[in-house]
Order: sequence, then C-alpha cells, then structure tokens
Amino acid sequence: MIPSIAPAPVPATANAEDTGTGEATPASTATGRPGPGPKAAVGRIQAHRLFAAPGAVAGVLWLAALVLASLTAPWWLPYKTEDQDFAAILSGPTAAHWLGTDELGRDLLSRIFAAAAGTLGTSLITVIVGVGLGTVLAMVAAAGKRTEGPISRVTEVMMSLPGTVIILAVIGAVGTNIPVVMAILGVLISAGIYRVMLGQATALQSQLYVDAAKVDGVSTLGISLRHVLPGLNNTIVVQSALIFAVGMLIQAGLAFIGFGPPIPQPSWGGMIQGASQHVYDAPWLMVPTGVVLALTVLAANAIGNALGKAPNAAASHLPSAADRRRRAAASAAAPSTAAAAPSAAPDEPATAGRLSVRGLSVGVDGGTPLVTEVSFDVEQGTVLGLVGESGCGKTMTALSLLGLLPSGVSASGGQILWNGRNLAAAAENELAGVRGREIALISQEPMRALDPMFTVGYQLVSAIRRLRSMGKAEARTEALGLLEKVGIVDAARILTTYPHQISGGMAQRVAIALALAGRPRLLVADEPTTALDVTVQAEILSLLRALVKDTGMSVVMVTHDLGVVADICDTVAVMYAGQVVESGRTANILDNPRHPYTLALLAADPHANTAEDMPERLATINGQVPQPKDWPGGCRFVARCQFAGSACAAPVPLVPSGSDDGLVRCVKADELAVEGLAWVATEVPAHRVPDILEMDSTVEKDRP
Amino acid sequence: MSIETAVRQDGTAQAPEQPLLDVVDLVVRYGRGRKAAAMPAAVDGVSFSIRPGETVGLVGESGSGKSTIGKAILGLEKCSGGSVSYNGTDITHASPARRRELGGELRAVFQDPNSSLNPRQSIGASLAEPLRIRGVAAREARQRAEDMLARVGLPGEAVDRFPGQFSGGQRQRIAVARALICEPKLVVCDEAVSALDLSTQAQVLNLLADLRDERGLSYLFIAHDISVVQFLAQRVVVLYRGQVMESGPAAHVTESPQHPFTQALVAASPVPRPAEQAERRQKREALGVRTAAAAAAAPGGCPFSQRCPLATDLCRTERPALRSVGASDVACHYA
Repeated sequence: MIPSIAPAPVPATANAEDTGTGEATPASTATGRPGPGPKAAVGRIQAHRLFAAPGAVAGVLWLAALVLASLTAPWWLPYKTEDQDFAAILSGPTAAHWLGTDELGRDLLSRIFAAAAGTLGTSLITVIVGVGLGTVLAMVAAAGKRTEGPISRVTEVMMSLPGTVIILAVIGAVGTNIPVVMAILGVLISAGIYRVMLGQATALQSQLYVDAAKVDGVSTLGISLRHVLPGLNNTIVVQSALIFAVGMLIQAGLAFIGFGPPIPQPSWGGMIQGASQHVYDAPWLMVPTGVVLALTVLAANAIGNALGKAPNAAASHLPSAADRRRRAAASAAAPSTAAAAPSAAPDEPATAGRLSVRGLSVGVDGGTPLVTEVSFDVEQGTVLGLVGESGCGKTMTALSLLGLLPSGVSASGGQILWNGRNLAAAAENELAGVRGREIALISQEPMRALDPMFTVGYQLVSAIRRLRSMGKAEARTEALGLLEKVGIVDAARILTTYPHQISGGMAQRVAIALALAGRPRLLVADEPTTALDVTVQAEILSLLRALVKDTGMSVVMVTHDLGVVADICDTVAVMYAGQVVESGRTANILDNPRHPYTLALLAADPHANTAEDMPERLATINGQVPQPKDWPGGCRFVARCQFAGSACAAPVPLVPSGSDDGLVRCVKADELAVEGLAWVATEVPAHRVPDILEMDSTVEKDRP
Repeated sequence: MSIETAVRQDGTAQAPEQPLLDVVDLVVRYGRGRKAAAMPAAVDGVSFSIRPGETVGLVGESGSGKSTIGKAILGLEKCSGGSVSYNGTDITHASPARRRELGGELRAVFQDPNSSLNPRQSIGASLAEPLRIRGVAAREARQRAEDMLARVGLPGEAVDRFPGQFSGGQRQRIAVARALICEPKLVVCDEAVSALDLSTQAQVLNLLADLRDERGLSYLFIAHDISVVQFLAQRVVVLYRGQVMESGPAAHVTESPQHPFTQALVAASPVPRPAEQAERRQKREALGVRTAAAAAAAPGGCPFSQRCPLATDLCRTERPALRSVGASDVACHYA
C-alpha cells in the first residue's frame, strides 16, 4: 500500500515498472541492475554493503595485507623466526628490530608475520567445518520432517558438551595437531550454526516457490541447492566472518595455555604467553602481538557486521526524531494557518468532529510528491470512502490525518483542518494529544495493532488508563464494556487471552475496541476488512455502522473494494495516482460514475455482475498505476484511458460534475455522460476501440 | 485399486466421459498421534470431480480446508484417507518419481505473487526449471520461456530479469506462464488473483479464461470470493470446516443457494450498487446467521450447526449427507 519512498531502480523497458509496494527484494534494492546470474547478484549485494562501511573496508584491507605479508614473509622478513640476537634481548623498537625482540632475542616483527598465515589458515578450517557442517545439517533437517528430530537432538547434545574439555581431550589424544583441533572445534561450533540456519532454511522451505518447484518434480536435493542455499548465502557469509574471529581467539587461547604449535615455531598465543611472563620487566613485549591479534579479530567482526546489516533495518512507521524536531521547528516558525480558516469557530463544542482536508500534498522530503492537492470533507457522523488501487496514495492520505507518515515522508502543503485546527502544521506533541483521543486508527492487519507479548486485557486496560486517566479497576470495567460494544460475547474470557489465541475477525474487533479506548471522534480505517472472510467483513461493517450511528463518530474508510464502499460509505473520493479524480455521494458515484477511472474500476469488478450476465471477459485497464516520478503533466490516467484525446495533455481541474455536490477531474466527463459510453472489455489500445465496438460481441453491456 | 469402481456419493455430477480428476472421500489430518486424531480433520470426506476442459471452483472461509485440498491433489500434503485419481489412475500416494512425471500435466498457480517466484532466480531460470528436469535442452527451454512470456503479455527479454523488477500483476502472469509452460491438462489455482488490484485481477482472470478456451485446460479454482469463482467456474463446491456444504452449477449456487451457509456467504459478498447492497444487507441480517466467532460444532453433527439459524438437535448430533436438491447437492437436513 505504501508507495516505495526511494523507488527501486527500474529497467529501461516500459513494460517492467517496479511495484510500489515498498518491499522490493534484495536483488532489486541493492544491485540496481540484474546480474548475469543469481550468484553474481548476491555477490554484488554483499560487495555493495561491504564497501559502504568504512570499518569493513579497513578490515578487508587489514586482512588482505596480513595474508599477503605472511605468505611473502620468506622474501622480505629481515630475520628468520629462530634467529637469536643475544645483544638485544627484550628490547623495545629499535632500528634493527622495528617491533623489538623477545626474551631469546628473536625479532618480533618476523615472528608475528610468520605466524599469521598459520593462525589465519587454521581458523579457516574451523569456519569451513563449522559453517559447512551446520548449513548442510540445517538444509537436510529443513528438507524432511523426519530428519529434523534426530539432527536437532544430536546438535542439542553437542551444544551441551563442554567444548574446552573436549578440545583438551582431543589434544591429549592426538597431540597438538592444530588443524585437527581446529576441525574438532568446527564440529562443536556447527551445532550453534545449525540452530541459526535451521530457522531460515525452514522459512525458505515454506515459500510458495518451493511448493511450485515440488509440483514441477524438482528433487529434494535440487530444491535445497537451488532454492534454499542461495537464500542462506547472506547468513553463511556473516557467520563465517564471526566464526573466523572466534577461531583465532580460541587458537590463541590454546597456545597461551601451552597447546600451541611445537615450541620454536611462532604462534600468536604462544607469543602472548611468553610476553605475559615479562609483563613487569618488559611490558612492551605484549603490545605488538596483542595489537595485531586484536586488530585481526576486530577486522573479522567489522566485516561480519557490515555484511549482516539488513538493507531496510532503518525503515520505521513513526517519524524519526530528527523529522519530529524539524516539523516542530517548522510549525513554530510559521504562524498556524488554521486561525485564518473559516471553519475555525472558537465556540464549536469540543466533541464535534468535522474534518476538512484542503489541498493536501504529501511527498518524500525534498523530492517526489506522493499525494497532490487532495481535498475532501467528512461531516460528523458520516463515513467517507477513499477508494482506488494500490499506489494511488490512499494510505498516505489516511496516515497523514494522524501524523503517522513514514519517516522521510511529510505533508508538504495544504491543510488538514480538524475542528478548525490545522494538523498538517501541528507539532508532534500536539499530534500525540489528538492521536487516540480524537482521531484513532485501525489498520488492515489487526495483529499489527496488538502486541503478542501481552494479553488483550492488559493492552486494552493500559490504553484506557493512558488515554482517559482512569484507575485500574475502573479501566477494567470500561475495557469489558468496550469489548461488549464491539460485539464480543464472552468479553471476560477474551480479556485474558493473548492475541495469537483469537481469530482474525475477533482480533479486528479487539483492534477496534482498542481504537475506541480514547473515545475518538474520527476513526481512520485503513483497509480494515481486507484480510478477513466476507462473512466476518459483513459483521465488522455492521459493527462500524452501528458505532457511527450510536456515537456520532466519523470514519475515513480506505478500501479498494467498491462493494465495501457501497455498503458503508456516505460519500466517496476516488483516488488515482495521488489525486482525487472523482468525489461525491456514494450512490451518485457508483450508480452513475463520471470519471473513466471509476467507470473502469466498476467494469473490472466481478462483483458488479450477477451470474446470469457475467461477461465472457471482464473489462481491464491497460498497464498499471504510474509511479509518482512518472506522473504526466496533464491527466494522470491518460495513458490507460480508452477515451483519451489531445485535450487530456493539459492539467485537468476538479470541476462540479452536475450531480449534487459531486466533483470530477475529466475534460470529457460531460461528453461521456451525454453519449453514455461504457468502458469496454478489451485490452486493445484506445484508438482501436470503435472498430472493436462494431465487430466484437463480447463488449460489456451499458450499465443502467 | 477398487477406488475407480467405488460408488460416487455425488452421483449427479456423473458424466459419460471419464473425469480428469476424481477426488473421493478425501481426508487430511494435520499432525500425528492421539492428540491430532481427536482434532477435527482439516479436510473431512470431500468428494468432487473435474471433467476435461471444466473449471471447478472451491470456495469457503479461511480454515475451510480449500487450500489443503489443492495441496493434497498436488502431493504437497499427505492424504490421511480417501483417494485422488488423475485420468483414471490413483495418485493418492504417488511416489516422487511418479509425481515428477505428473508434474507436467498437473500444475499450480499460487496466491502470493511475491513469494511464488524465487527472488534469486531470473525469470528465465524459473520458467525453464520444469522443462529442464524433463530433459529439454537449455536453448529450447529458453525459447519456450520467451514464447510463453509473450503469450501472457510480457516482453521476451523479461527472461533475464528478476522477480523484484515486476509488479504484482506481472509476477502473477509469470506464475501463470510457469504453470502453463509444459502444456498441462489441469491447473490448480490457489487464490491466484486475491492479492491483486481490481484492474490487474481482471487482466489475470481474462488471461486464465483465454488460455482455458485456447488449450482446453481444466482448472481447480480455489478462492474465498464467490464472485471471482463464478466468473471462471462452471461448477462450484462450497466448503465449511473441511466438509462440502453444497456443490452444483456456478450460476445456480450463487443465484439460489440452498445451504444456509452458502446463503450467508453469498449474502455477505458486497456488490458495488448502493441501493442493491442495502437490500442485500437487510436480507443478510434477516438470515440470522450467528457470528463467525461462534464455538466449533461438536464432532458428529453438522459443522455449521453452531451458526445456523435453522439448526435443531438433529443437526447437532447427525452429520447430514450430501443429497440432490434441484440442480445442486446439499449437505443439510432441512434444505
């Protein structure tokens, strides 16, 4: 519903517009252009993320330098690792020994870099064994229901084993064979990796495309390799980087307690252990090895962090602190325009609820507009429908009424006059006072409004106490009353349940009760019944109708369902591409639509036809709603309209449609009404419509 | 197997030709053990058949088991009882190898266009996958993918793009292309259009209708929206809590529903004509169907008895069998 704020890159071809759903997949968000294959695409995402973080860049450079220096050590190191310089025992940095020498006069620089390759290489063994084994086990367990149990039990046993003891036992048995020890460490670590991977692999296995592949007859192995493994890539890379750091530390630790490589051979842990014996007489000795080890571990962690950062982690439904400050500053600077508004009658009772939106524009801060010049009025005790397809700005308009626009999006012009106050310019603390108490929201997903961690009763009671400053007992009685009001029969029992224990319809009732907790005068309902069964939808609509009648509350109903509009709305505003294209009384608009878009929506709706006169083909609208950046200068529907002509290239004003107080934004509205043209069931371009009308018998009948 | 000779319960749907798909007394239970056995089955004794070229709609509320039936037919869910026959052969417990052979003829279009395509696979790779496992050469598979994309109204160069670059409606077209690429006979459409906007929904519905007429396809069209079903289906099966409540010709079921649940379902579907909708609302309220939040019915009786305005003690104790009422089969003691 929410148009993507930073539009994903769109390929050049006209037919492949990206959706406005805001949930673009990683492949499109991060890479921009399609890679030659899935692997390349994934690789590029990660590379992209890696080089966006300075810490990670430094980490990569450090590790690369270390590996390079270590592998080329024989050619450039000034001393052999065993060379002793008895003239300079335990010396600090000198011209001859840049990093100083140890207790036997051996050059520290030479020993550190000579040891690096072994340390890094054996840590890699842990990574390969640990992450490899864990991932394979997870994929096997996720692929079959029967394998999951035994594998999970075995890994649980592995996790409960004391790792240090086992490693010491292995060392006792095979000696200080570091590669073997590190491989065993990898096996122990794989249990943890398995746990992390299992959840993800199971989630990937339940994707519909896996079902589709199963229907195709793809083998279990094929599904694991082609559909599950690529999805795990990211986690594998991140876990590898972190396990690499762990491996290095454990290896250094083992060397420190004397289980490192045989004595003359250098190892970082062994060198730190040697240094620890001279910590009082030669404290410098600790510094070079310690710093190198610490830097290497930090580098691995920095890389892991950069790769693990979710691309959309910052997305939030609430305005960011900076936005709020900016908005507060803006509203303080500009004198409230509300005072000048004609409807700002000071003697109006506080309980009245009149919403008047005037020329509202919403847009990405300093960028693309998402909603332009939207105006509508909601009289007290009436229901207004905002209707249109996704990407038309309905939800943005609705959220702006509560000041709940996503961060980075704000009202850029116009007024939202609520009982005379302009909410579009209100400060966040002023909006907080209005939200819940005067204007409340119910959303499409009732479960989103309810916290799964708390009982329905707790959430309802605390909302009532916060909004109405009541005592606990009083609030509880009120909560019971509210639940009964929304048609819940055994309210006392529902109070003690958790959200996951109740059905979707029940949850939506609870969400409505929650919205009613502050006795709002206006309810903004964003697709409140879309996720529900029709029978439950009918019940919720009846409930809303009864609430409007009993309490005089007004409702702004966002919906794409014209049937819902017909059922509950008194007035309706049809939105297309961020504009109101037609508004007026529901009966006028639905029975006698004036704008081609409304006409087309009705023709495309299978509910508009009874079984007997169901057409062979439904009417469709060519193409799709344009992205905000592609809006044309004239009529925004022009590219999809069957009646478009040259006059449509100029901006079209909203003019009275002739029926009651209806408005329509179409230069041809009168012409269409006179000729009684209908939107025809065809997908051919508009200029061919007359031919089709003559020869095609499947043309939809004129609506009465 | 004796399944083919078993007596059909919904005898009215008998056709001279052999049905393409025959589902008899299908039972699907989730979980295993005593606890699962005590729970009501997700699908409880459902029978229906689809003739070649026919579209059958499965409608019901969420939790009615309609998607589970689709999955059981596709072999994605294990059947606990009853049988599924395709073209006269029993495929209830078909081996993976047999399923792979069938995979070309029996295909699926799923609900969510966002997750029915692997976001990490190019469109071409997704479309070619079913062909490649059947031994079609890479070059030919790619050509057929391009042809199929053109048939569903997308440019051929879409093969090199990724699902994230397409809109919901376009992705659903791609899913349709993927289902039809190996010339299937039966396509299971599980809520194939319910996630789409009105205009795109109409485009995909038209496409499905055209392809059916062009290729003589059969569809099992699963949806919660009875109006969408009636556009495409010749026959409709109405489910409630895993059991068939009513089945019959689409126009008949929607115009003169016999079962109280079907009546409630049809009356609850709003029409975009305010005056008519107000009438329908009054009619719906007059029906007196109790809220959907009502407790589940006791096992053994009619599953709808807790909500039904006509329910008597008989309904609560004895499960009504499907019987012919007019052109439909209805499972109600009082229809």
